[in-house]
Amino acid sequence: MTETNSTQLIRLSAAQLAEKLAAREITSVEVVQAHLDRIAAVDGGERGVNAFLHVNTEEALAVAAEVDAIRAAGGAAAEELHELAGVPIAVKDLIVTIGQPTTAGSKILEGWHSPYDATVVKRLRDAKMPILGKTNLDEFAMGSSTEHSAYGPTRNPWDLDRIPGGSGGGSAAAVAAFEAPLALGTDTGGSIRQPGAVTGTVGVKPTYGSVSRYGAIAMASSLDQIGPVTRTVLDSALLHEVIGGHDPFDSTSLPDPLEDLVAAARLGNVEGMRIGIIKELHGEGYQAGVENRFNDSLELLRQAGAEIVEVSCPNFQYALGAYYLIMPSEASSNLAKFDGVRYGLRVLPEDGPMTIERVMGATRAAGFGDEVKRRIILGTYALSAGYYDAYYGSAQKVRTLVQRDFDAAFTVADVLISPTAPTTAFKLGEKLDDPLAMYLNDVATIPANLAGVPGLSLPGGLADEDGLPVGIQLLAPARQDARLYRVGAVLESLLEVKWGGPLLAQAPSLAASPVVDPAAMLVDAKEAK
Amino acid sequence: MAAINRDDVAHLARLAHIEMSAEELDRMAGELAVIVESVKSVSEAAGDDVPATSHPIPLSNVFREDVVGHTFTADQALSGAPDSDENRFKVPAILDEA
Amino acid sequence: MSADATLSFEEAMEKYDPVLGFEVHVELNTKTKMFSSAPNVFGDEPNTNVNEVDLGMPGVLPVVNKTAIESSIKIGLALNCKIAESCRFARKNYFYPDTPKNFQTSQYDEPIAYDGYLDIELSDGTIFRVEIERAHMEEDAGKLTHMGGATGRIQGADFSLVDYNRAGVPLVEIVTKPIQGAGSRAPELAKAYVAAVREIVKNLGVSDAKMERGNVRCDANVSLRPHGRERFGIRSETKNVNSLRAVEHAVHYEIRRHAAVLDSGEPVVQETRHWHEDTRTTTSGRAKSDADDYRYFPEPDLVPVVPSREWVEELRATLPEPPAARRKRLQADWGYSDLEFRDVVNAGVMDEIQETIAAGASASVARKWWMGEIVGRAKNADVDPGQLGVQPATIVELAKLVEDGKINNKMATEVLDGVLAGEGTPAEIVEKRGLAVVSDDGPLLEAIDAALAAQPDVADKIRGGKVQAIGAIVGGVMKATRGQADAGRVRELILAKLGVEG
Repeated sequence: MTETNSTQLIRLSAAQLAEKLAAREITSVEVVQAHLDRIAAVDGGERGVNAFLHVNTEEALAVAAEVDAIRAAGGAAAEELHELAGVPIAVKDLIVTIGQPTTAGSKILEGWHSPYDATVVKRLRDAKMPILGKTNLDEFAMGSSTEHSAYGPTRNPWDLDRIPGGSGGGSAAAVAAFEAPLALGTDTGGSIRQPGAVTGTVGVKPTYGSVSRYGAIAMASSLDQIGPVTRTVLDSALLHEVIGGHDPFDSTSLPDPLEDLVAAARLGNVEGMRIGIIKELHGEGYQAGVENRFNDSLELLRQAGAEIVEVSCPNFQYALGAYYLIMPSEASSNLAKFDGVRYGLRVLPEDGPMTIERVMGATRAAGFGDEVKRRIILGTYALSAGYYDAYYGSAQKVRTLVQRDFDAAFTVADVLISPTAPTTAFKLGEKLDDPLAMYLNDVATIPANLAGVPGLSLPGGLADEDGLPVGIQLLAPARQDARLYRVGAVLESLLEVKWGGPLLAQAPSLAASPVVDPAAMLVDAKEAK
Repeated sequence: MAAINRDDVAHLARLAHIEMSAEELDRMAGELAVIVESVKSVSEAAGDDVPATSHPIPLSNVFREDVVGHTFTADQALSGAPDSDENRFKVPAILDEA
Repeated sequence: MSADATLSFEEAMEKYDPVLGFEVHVELNTKTKMFSSAPNVFGDEPNTNVNEVDLGMPGVLPVVNKTAIESSIKIGLALNCKIAESCRFARKNYFYPDTPKNFQTSQYDEPIAYDGYLDIELSDGTIFRVEIERAHMEEDAGKLTHMGGATGRIQGADFSLVDYNRAGVPLVEIVTKPIQGAGSRAPELAKAYVAAVREIVKNLGVSDAKMERGNVRCDANVSLRPHGRERFGIRSETKNVNSLRAVEHAVHYEIRRHAAVLDSGEPVVQETRHWHEDTRTTTSGRAKSDADDYRYFPEPDLVPVVPSREWVEELRATLPEPPAARRKRLQADWGYSDLEFRDVVNAGVMDEIQETIAAGASASVARKWWMGEIVGRAKNADVDPGQLGVQPATIVELAKLVEDGKINNKMATEVLDGVLAGEGTPAEIVEKRGLAVVSDDGPLLEAIDAALAAQPDVADKIRGGKVQAIGAIVGGVMKATRGQADAGRVRELILAKLGVEG
């Protein structure tokens, strides 16, 4: 394999890779090796992207070789291979995997190996998709910048001094930096969509319950959802179909059969569709360049035959507040299990009595970072005696109001549209000391989590003032994820015509970095912290 | 609603089993006061007639048949344990009698 | 720890009126756990009946066991409760190493069953109605073993070991409303109530109901108030009182202790008390504190349980007959007098007698052994009769040995002692101890058989309890042996043969 071939391979979409693999023009081992080489070239070192916390070289190559062997042998086994068999993928390190460490970006799980696979991971294995490794995230997915990872921040491939969004900055950056064609993320308040927006990639939060949460380390159980992180809308649909569908291990999993999402992405027609601008989710507080690209997208959709309407969701003003009560409340309980008894870190108190209670307290003090502690304390407060009704109870009522706003909006619009995030990627460290400013990044993405409706973010161009990617968010009614793919694919193709190719073609090349051994790279990443 | 103060944070930290230094308690109290202030509008947003939503998509009666599934060996169960003895998880004393 | 002061029970009763309350935890005997498919089995190797869910591993989710829901509904129906139209699970948040998630998944403000009652029959036949507040579902915790101290107790332990096999076992907690008006019969009522609950869950087949294994566990709340006052006193909660006798003793003790505290003018402390079977006293556990802020909230990983009325009625149709009806039926079947039957119930050996009869013994033989021999021995050993370890088959075998004339009644009680001492089966013990009756009885027994066969109607009368009719048989035997037999011995053998007490 030549250097040029390898560079070309990593630039292909998952759909293109799948096609070439099926036609036996390329092998899965070549594809996996090309991505491993790319990871080695751009991820490590002082100014590396640091998207990966663990690289799964051996297993990924073994799965690739297995797929290649099946294809080479032909016959029924080759026929039965999944469309994406042999196409590699990266997995957010919040999702548990046998055979690789799972840290959740936290010191408290450093070195922990799960004895079981998440349902989505089982489905990747069933489809014989090689897993390239585990991607960086804000500790326990708490953050919007990936700066809250205990293993150092991930850098935005568009500008290495900027954040890649969060919490799934690792998955988004890996895909944007061509280290993986596909990745899995989790989205509790925007952790798939907002990183997608600021890295120029596509991210989808499916309808709550349509992808199993079994094996995704819970932050807020009633908000969390696993979803695809890709470079194209079609790739998201392909991956969504792999991971989606009912799972008996998740009581909140919908019994519905999965819609034909890939067909929706390939259909590409918005004629006569009503697309609603949410009055409350643009304008004031949104960066001018973000607003401009948003308007460009509206214009393209209009030209393609969509009817653009305006809807009002007056209760969205309470959504952020409700989210910052529900999420920490559930998180405070979900994270109680990390206590140094059954797995993970155990830290002994420096002085005083050595009781289990003190050991738990010292372990959690040393194992959790500031943002995690902040949210646990906030959640403990919101659930505590005397405050439950005013905080948690009220927030659950706001949730009803937000759902009613969506219900009303979807009577006049088939799909809703807004910018994904109010700004483009900010500088590393810029908002680290201001939790509230950080929380405001999620203002446009949170309502979908509260109501359980699906959302998709796709690249909408570059902001005039800073040349950084802007994300466009599409929202559909619950169980209507197919609409996102249908509209998203149209908008994507119109924008790519305008840009003369994918937006990521305009991203700076990172290939200048020296090739580093992936194992050494991990050490580097930790030392960089 | 009362503002959150340092004693509140100390109490909450005890409930949450996170040991905190004096400096940390002060800082956390300041940060939480700001956050709590910013979310307090939530408590006035909805009237008594609005029902609470705890699940975005309502489902009910999701059950499992009473059929035995997989189990771990003791070694698997204890594979991540910080300390163990006699195939059980070992923890320090529960009472402080030092 | 110095012993608490107590008043005599009589003095306590003169001055105060007890109010009781019970929380009885019933472990369901489902095949799998409440929220995971790991087996619900007692006594296996530590940490082998677990999977990732029971260990609270990162990323796991619970799924409710349908059979556990059905068992809970059955318990609710048997306790005359209403079954909720819709109910949910909540999380009870607290840190403890036997609780893998550091929260217990439990029903909180929405129990599956509520507002029921249970009529309890006291030893003299008085019926006392205990009102049931609720029966709710929850999961059990793992098992902590305290190591390093002298006593195996939590006090003085250097460290503890945790086995999560029991973690996640389905429990139904049955909570009474405050029980007033029991007066001096409070300890007796306490025992009778727990016995009744145990009987119900056992009959339903939803629990193994073995108190010694912790299948049924009782927390007993006791408070006292001066006679005539309406307001309740401050209560103590005595945890894990795990035998019927202990329930009676614990309530008895707490009444005496509370009375002494109140007499001294001190307030009763609202606290958990620990029961000590060896000293029959309680000691102070943990006072209620702000650490008891459990931060309950609806379990977001589970969805509501909405039992349709059709489902509830289907389950109602499967319920066995209620205990009162069952007692009536058993008394009639067994032919016991009212007094005999009440003694059996009060001694707590109704189930044992039923099992013994099912194993092949006659009703009178079963009663003779349980009431005449085993209950007394259990009392001496300070355990419930069922816990003494006598198997129904042992009694059947003993009775057969007597009937066949191999041993007499006196010898049989000796053999029973041997069985309890672990010396083997009755036959083995007869052999080892050389207890066979002298062979001279052989011809006598043949003559007795012939006499009984010749006068079957008389034999039946004797079996039915008309012992005075025995003269006709004895006469027949004396005639057959030409007066050479010992009439007293003949009488003894006839009675033994017919399984009747003299």
